[in-house]
Amino acid sequence: NLLAYSFVLSPFSEQFFRSGHTNNWAVLVCTSRFWFNYRHVANTLSVYRSVKRLGIPDSHIVLMLADDMACNPRNPKPATVFSHKNMELNVYGDDVEVDYRSYEVTVENFLRVLTGRIPPSTPRSKRLLSDDRSNILIYMTGHGGNGFLKFQDSEEITNIELADAFEQMWQKRRYNELLFIIDTCQGASMYERFYSPNIMALASSQVGEDSLSHQPDPAIGVHLMDRYTFYVLEFLEEINPASQTNMNDLFQVCPKSLCVSTPGHRTDLFQRDPKNVLITDFFGSVRKVEITTETISLQQYSEMESSYKEDQMDEELMEPLKYAEQLPVAQIIHQKPKLKDWHPPGGFILGLWALIIMVFFKTYGIKHMKFIF
Amino acid sequence: MAAAMPLALVVLLLLGPGGPARAESPRDSLREELVITPLPSGDVAATFQFRIRWDSELQREGVSHYRLFPKALGQLISKYSLRELHLSFTQGFWRTRYWGPPFLQASSGAELWVWFQDTVTDVDKSWKELSNVLSGIFCASLNFIDSTNTVTPTASFKPLGLANDTDHYFLRYAVLPREVVCTENLTPWKKLLPCSSKAGLSVLLKADRLFHTRYHSQAVHIRPICRNARCTSISWELRQTLSVVFDAFITGQGKKDWSLFRMFSRTLTEPCPLASESRVYVDITNYSQDNETVEVNPPPTTTYEDVILGTRRTYAVYDLLDTAMINNSRNLNLQLKWKKPPENGYIHYQPAQDRLQPHLLEMLIQLPANSVTKVSIQFERALLKWTEYTPDPNHGFYISPSVLSALVPSMVAAKPVDWEGSPLFNTLFPVSDGSSYFVRLYTEPLLVNLPTPDFSMPYNVICLTCTVVAVCYGSFYNLLTRTFHIEEPSTGGLAKRLANLIRRARGVPPL
Repeated sequence: NLLAYSFVLSPFSEQFFRSGHTNNWAVLVCTSRFWFNYRHVANTLSVYRSVKRLGIPDSHIVLMLADDMACNPRNPKPATVFSHKNMELNVYGDDVEVDYRSYEVTVENFLRVLTGRIPPSTPRSKRLLSDDRSNILIYMTGHGGNGFLKFQDSEEITNIELADAFEQMWQKRRYNELLFIIDTCQGASMYERFYSPNIMALASSQVGEDSLSHQPDPAIGVHLMDRYTFYVLEFLEEINPASQTNMNDLFQVCPKSLCVSTPGHRTDLFQRDPKNVLITDFFGSVRKVEITTETISLQQYSEMESSYKEDQMDEELMEPLKYAEQLPVAQIIHQKPKLKDWHPPGGFILGLWALIIMVFFKTYGIKHMKFIF
Repeated sequence: MAAAMPLALVVLLLLGPGGPARAESPRDSLREELVITPLPSGDVAATFQFRIRWDSELQREGVSHYRLFPKALGQLISKYSLRELHLSFTQGFWRTRYWGPPFLQASSGAELWVWFQDTVTDVDKSWKELSNVLSGIFCASLNFIDSTNTVTPTASFKPLGLANDTDHYFLRYAVLPREVVCTENLTPWKKLLPCSSKAGLSVLLKADRLFHTRYHSQAVHIRPICRNARCTSISWELRQTLSVVFDAFITGQGKKDWSLFRMFSRTLTEPCPLASESRVYVDITNYSQDNETVEVNPPPTTTYEDVILGTRRTYAVYDLLDTAMINNSRNLNLQLKWKKPPENGYIHYQPAQDRLQPHLLEMLIQLPANSVTKVSIQFERALLKWTEYTPDPNHGFYISPSVLSALVPSMVAAKPVDWEGSPLFNTLFPVSDGSSYFVRLYTEPLLVNLPTPDFSMPYNVICLTCTVVAVCYGSFYNLLTRTFHIEEPSTGGLAKRLANLIRRARGVPPL
C-alpha cells in the first residue's frame, strides 16, 4: 500500500518547490465611500470570497473596506452584499473579518500596511507579515483617473507612490512575487511606473477608457458589480485548489465584447513565463500535506479535586469580600473634586506681560515704579 | 527530508497537552440562557447571555492552559492588569416608552469602559494599547479611542464586580457613536464562545436575521465575582450578551405570532455539551389592560416567578439539558401566540390622488368609558400650479370638517314613536331600539395657509428684462448700423440774422 502511494505522489513531489513561495498573502482594498459605490465593495468582497475559498486564511488577508454597505440603513436586506442580480450570491457571507474599515482606509494606512512601517501597537490582524517567500495578491478598486486612484473622496494615491512602495517592499524583501489587479477607470495608468522585479499587473481598462459597471438590481437600486471583476469572479468560481489553470487564461478573461473597455496586463518585470504561473500561486494557499497512518494515544483530561481543598483552606484566612455600591449618594456628595495642579504660566503669557510692562515704563519713565511696588 | 520535518512537527503538537494536564488548572463552567420577551407594541425582544465562570486568582501569572475561557481575553487580563472590562456594540435605540425597561442598555455605537487594577503605573498608556488590541480582536475601529474621546468619570460607573476601594483614577470610559455593527463584529464575538455556533443556543446566531432588527446590541463583560455564597475567594466572570428586538412590521409582516424559526430561521437541535446549564425563558406575564394573554407551545415543564425591574413577572422555563425536551429526533421550536378577544373595529382609508379625489378616512371605534380618545391625522402641504390659486390666496384654503356619527346610550329607555303623531323634532333620525339614540356631530373646518408665491414677479421680470435688452441691444444696434458724418456749420439763414438783431439790441454777443 505504501509503495503504491509513493508512485502516485512522485509527479507532485516535483512541484513541491517549483514556484519558490511558501506562503500566500492578500491585500484587498475598496477605496470608495457612499451607497452608490456599492459595486466597489461587492468587487472587493467577491475577490475576498474566492481567495478564502481557495485556501488563504483570514490571518493572511488584509481586507480594507472604506464604507459599510451590508448594515447600511439603505440596504433592504441587511448583513448581505450581493454580486448577481436577483440576489443570487451573497458575497458578504457569515464569517467575514474586515481589518480596516470606514475612516481607517486612507492612503497613509495603505502604504504603511504595504511597507510594514506600522505603529507598534497595531494588532496582528492589521499587519502584512510577509517575508521573502511570500506571494502577495493586491487588489484595488474604486474611482481612478490617469495616474491616480481616489481614496474616499478626500485624497489620492499616485502611480509613482505606489511604484515606490513596491520598491520599498522589494528592498526589504517583503515579497517573492506580487500580483497587482486594479479595477478602476484608466486602470492601466497605475501600473505604468512599476520598476521593481517580480511584479505582474492586470487592469480593467487602458488609459483614456472608463471601466463600466455590470448590472443593477431593481430591489437594491444600485449597480452590483463592475464588469471586469464580475467576469473574473465567474472565472475564479471554476477554480479549485487542485486546478492547473495558468495566468494566460486570466489575461483572456474579459474581452472587449463583454467588458466594453480593453483590459490590460504587464508581465515584463516578471521572471517566470505567465503560462507556467498557476492561478492558485496567488489566489490560493496550497499547502503541501503529507498523510501519515501512525496513531498517537491521548491522555484523558480529568477534573481536578485538589482545588476544593484550596477553597477550604482560604475560607478561614480571608474576610468576605463585597460588591461595590453602584450609587453611593452620601459618598459622592462629600467627595472633593480633585484640584487641578497649578502650573506656572507658560512662556507666551510671561513674554506678553514683559512686553506690556516694558512699553509702560518706556512711555512714562522709571519714576512710576514706586507706585507699583 | 523536507517531507519528514512537517511530520515531526505534527507529532510534537499532539503530545503537548498530555504533559501539563497533571498540574493544577482552575475549573471553569459555562451557562447559557435565552430570554424571549413579547413587548407591549407587538414586537419581541430576545436576549442571549453566555457566561463563563473561571475559578482563578485575581493576579494571574504564567497561566497557559485555557479551556472554556477564551485565550484572547485571558491574555488581555494578565497583560494589561484588568479588573473589569465592558465593551459593547449597538445599532439602534431602545424605545423604553413602547418596549418597557431593558435588561441592559448600551450606548449607540461602540462603548468601552475599563477598570484597571491598582498595580498599573501608566493607566493612559495601558488604555491606548488595550483599545488597539481590542480593535484587532473585534474588527472595529476602536483604535480611534484617544484622549479626545476618553473621560474618567468621578461618580458613576462604579465597578460591577468585587471591589475593595474605588479610586476612580483607574477607570477610563470612551464612546465612539459613529461605529457601525455588522457581521464582521459578530464573527469574532461568536468565535469566543466555547461551542462557537455549532451547538446549543448559539446556533440561533445567524447574522442575516440578527441585523434585520430594530435594535441590536452585543457586549462583552469581564468582572471578578464571588466564588461561593460566603464570598471568600474570587472567580473571573465573562458574560457575552446579545439583545435584539424583532419588529412586528418588518420581520413579522404585521402578524404578531412569533416562533423561533420565524425570528432566527433556525430551531434548537441539541444542547452545548460543554454547558452546565442551558435554558430558554419566555415571559408569559399577562398584560391585563388589553385582556391579552400569551400562549406558548410546547407547554413548559416549569415556570419561574420573580420581581424583575420592579414588577412581578412570570417566565416559562425550557431546559435544553433535559432529554425529554430536546433530543436527536426532536427540534425545539417555541411558538408564541397572542390570544386577544376578537376586536370589532373597522377602518377604511382611501388616499388622495392629486387633482382627482380627496382623502377619505372612515373608522368604527369603540370608546372605553371614562376616557379621552384623540384621533389625529398628519398631512403635508404642497405647492399648487400658479393658475390654481384663487384671487385672494393669502386668505388660505379650507379643509372640510370631520363628521362624528355616534350611537349614544340613553339614560332612559325610549318608546318607538309614531311618525305622524309625534312632533317633527323627534322624528329627524329613525330609531331602531330605545336603548340608545343616534347623533351626528361636526368639527370646525380647518383653515390652512399654503405657501403663496409672489404673483407680481412675472410683471417685474418682464419689465426688467425688456429694459436690459433695450439698453444693451439698442446701444449695439446704434453703434453697428449708424455712421457719423462731420457737418459744416451753415453761415447764412434768415432766422439767424433776425436773432442777431435782437441780440445786438439786448447787448448780448451775437451767434
